[in-house]
Amino acid sequence: MMFAVAILAIFIAMVLVLVRLFGGPTLYDRVLAVNSFGTHTVLLIGLIGFLTERPDFLDIALLYALINFVGTIAILKFFRYRAIGDKLPVKKELEQ
Amino acid sequence: MSALETALEAISWAFMVSGSFFVIVGAVGTLRFPDFWSRLHAVSITDSAGVILLFAGMCIQAGFTLITVKLIIIGVFLFITGPTSTHAIANAALVSGLRPKEAKGFTGVEPEPLTKQNAGPASPE
Repeated sequence: MMFAVAILAIFIAMVLVLVRLFGGPTLYDRVLAVNSFGTHTVLLIGLIGFLTERPDFLDIALLYALINFVGTIAILKFFRYRAIGDKLPVKKELEQ
Repeated sequence: MSALETALEAISWAFMVSGSFFVIVGAVGTLRFPDFWSRLHAVSITDSAGVILLFAGMCIQAGFTLITVKLIIIGVFLFITGPTSTHAIANAALVSGLRPKEAKGFTGVEPEPLTKQNAGPASPE
């Protein structure tokens, strides 16, 4: 029962964050909303595992937490350097 | 149901409800705050208070099992990476030239102009 209450709260929070994600004026609002949405997803998966009495879902939640962090850093790096791999061409352009 | 079980159930309920409260508060703040820099604070509420309280409630429900160990691992990971990614987003926004909307109104000083030194390697905007 308590898990159902928490899941309902997280659903409401996810809808609010999604509104900010699609309406965010700047890029960084959207990245922030994606990051927050990922945290909500981790919580939601763990709670669903407890609600259905299958706590193996926690492994999936851990995987989501890892992907969420790496994905946020990758998005930020891409929008700063316009490349995920090498950043050398951008630096050369600035020095000229 | 013994008295101890009842007490644990009550404590778990308290953790769950307060965690849900903080999650909703963070989401409302993310939606309603006026600019990016204040929204950072709202997101941090979910990352810290909401995660800790909800995982504490789940730990009490799970008891002394492997599930609790997994919950603590996820909680510690989120507790470290949440502020780290928030800091990375804030740093990227600052470097790209985003400034607080109310900066001039609060301090009476113009925000620091964007130069090549604080602009970072690339600023396409």
